[in-house]
Amino acid sequence: MNELTSVAPPPILGRRRPANPLVALAVAEARLFLRDPVTVLLAAALPALILAGLAAVPALREPSDLFGGLRFTDYFAPALLAINIAVLGLQNLPTGLATYREKGVLRRFSATPVRPSAVLVVQLVINVVTAAVGTALMLVVAVLVLDVPAPRHPIGFVLAFLLGTSAVFALGLVIAALVPRARLATGIGTGAFMLTQFFSGVYLPKFLLPDVVVRIGEFVPPATGAFQAAWLGDGPAPSQLVVMAVCAVTATAVAARFFRWE
Amino acid sequence: MRRSTIIDMSVIEVDQLHKRYGDEIAVHDVSLAVEEGEIFGILGRNGAGKTTTVECIEGLRAPDRGTISVLGLDPQRDRTELRRVLGIQLQASELPDKLRVGEAVELFASFYPVPAKPRELLERWDLEAKRNTAFANLSGGQKQRLSIALALVGNPRVAILDELTTGLDPQARRDAWESIEQIRRGGVTVVLVTHFMEEAERLCDRVAVIDAGRVVATDTPAGLVARLSGGQRLRFRPSTPFIDTVLTDLAEVESVRRLGPQVEVSGNGDLLHAVTSTLARHHVVPADLRLKQATLDDAFVALTGRAAES
Repeated sequence: MNELTSVAPPPILGRRRPANPLVALAVAEARLFLRDPVTVLLAAALPALILAGLAAVPALREPSDLFGGLRFTDYFAPALLAINIAVLGLQNLPTGLATYREKGVLRRFSATPVRPSAVLVVQLVINVVTAAVGTALMLVVAVLVLDVPAPRHPIGFVLAFLLGTSAVFALGLVIAALVPRARLATGIGTGAFMLTQFFSGVYLPKFLLPDVVVRIGEFVPPATGAFQAAWLGDGPAPSQLVVMAVCAVTATAVAARFFRWE
Repeated sequence: MRRSTIIDMSVIEVDQLHKRYGDEIAVHDVSLAVEEGEIFGILGRNGAGKTTTVECIEGLRAPDRGTISVLGLDPQRDRTELRRVLGIQLQASELPDKLRVGEAVELFASFYPVPAKPRELLERWDLEAKRNTAFANLSGGQKQRLSIALALVGNPRVAILDELTTGLDPQARRDAWESIEQIRRGGVTVVLVTHFMEEAERLCDRVAVIDAGRVVATDTPAGLVARLSGGQRLRFRPSTPFIDTVLTDLAEVESVRRLGPQVEVSGNGDLLHAVTSTLARHHVVPADLRLKQATLDDAFVALTGRAAES
């Protein structure tokens, strides 16, 4: 059967069963992610570090009426969670995808048996997992090191995290879908990041913000007000969770409609 | 395993392919058939429609009209199945900056059912020493070799290589040609997109010349050259005067031109022998005799009206 090819050198065949392509892709992408220490630090550890830094100031560890009888650290902790979620969802994710598209990486993958959508899914998973790790790290530092009380409504907190993160990441996908160039995607992502931080009360604690900004901020992804309510208050308002869910679904649909692989 | 026993089966068949982008027609009408085990060249200048044609064959673009079959598969419908047996080298596609050479080859190997051994592939393409180098730190030639290696990592039955040797230095280019011939000896059918005549002449069994979105000729490189009228040119300085008809009467001669003291004779067949023996009979000694053979380049210019390079 092979007479006609017998002059050929023996074909170079694999020695072992190849790894599952999706797993191999996830491992490769995770490795690349970890090779960027600045992003890893910003995305996973920054909120916890800021909180620890603030807690080193004695005055911020005293309960005050300004914060509804809470200490500043307790009051501010939930807002800080917006940092890592937004860094990952609005900057890392869209910049990464837009760069891959611009450099033809997505196209290169689409020339293999793997679909380029696998790359998108893997990137999404890595960023979501990192956001979850950063949030968990922050919780651990707050609760175990700084004596901030544990979230009163754990299920509400998880819900608020999942829906708020989904909403932010979906907006990041919209940026990746609509903005053709990587540099512009980075710029727009940074602008969106700053807006979410402002409305989340990261730049200025909410007691310093005008009432109308605080009210709007309740519904700006990732809706840190819902984190706060789940952590220290009466649980997230259903309206906030619904708005986050609607934002996530709508933005994902828009991104899916307009995303270009090349 | 390989279907080498089925003689004369076309591996790739393209029939009346047509593709436009907006108002711009990239491919008017391309039909071609690539046979099992050959190195088939698609030759044309930049913008002629070569890349669009192969992108339709690869299933990366959907044709507006026409049919394409690759190993009996429809590139649009049987996308994943086709990708498993097709090695694709794209013209300008990069990898993530921090992805290392060895990691890239291992990653791409995981995409295929029966991949090549990454180590052997790296050795063959002289990348073993660069195994731990990040993509961004590779030279242009190294990136190009990696791109070829990735196209072949799946042990494809058909490899489509777009501007294979662009960015390679002359030595690396000759090494790449050597390797492509080796791959073909392994039973792989190779489609080579190029605007580089020397490459097509050296490697290709057959060539389709594409100009302005149409196939203007398909033949062996030698066949394309032989189609040229005046494919050979002789120049010499005659020792004594003679009249043109002495030569123009010969069947092999097409034309005779006088360039000062020099005479230039164009023609075909065994031109050199015909001219020198006739001159000898007329006691004319051709001094400074030079024979210029037509090349694929000349054939390309004759077919398309312009040279290929830029």
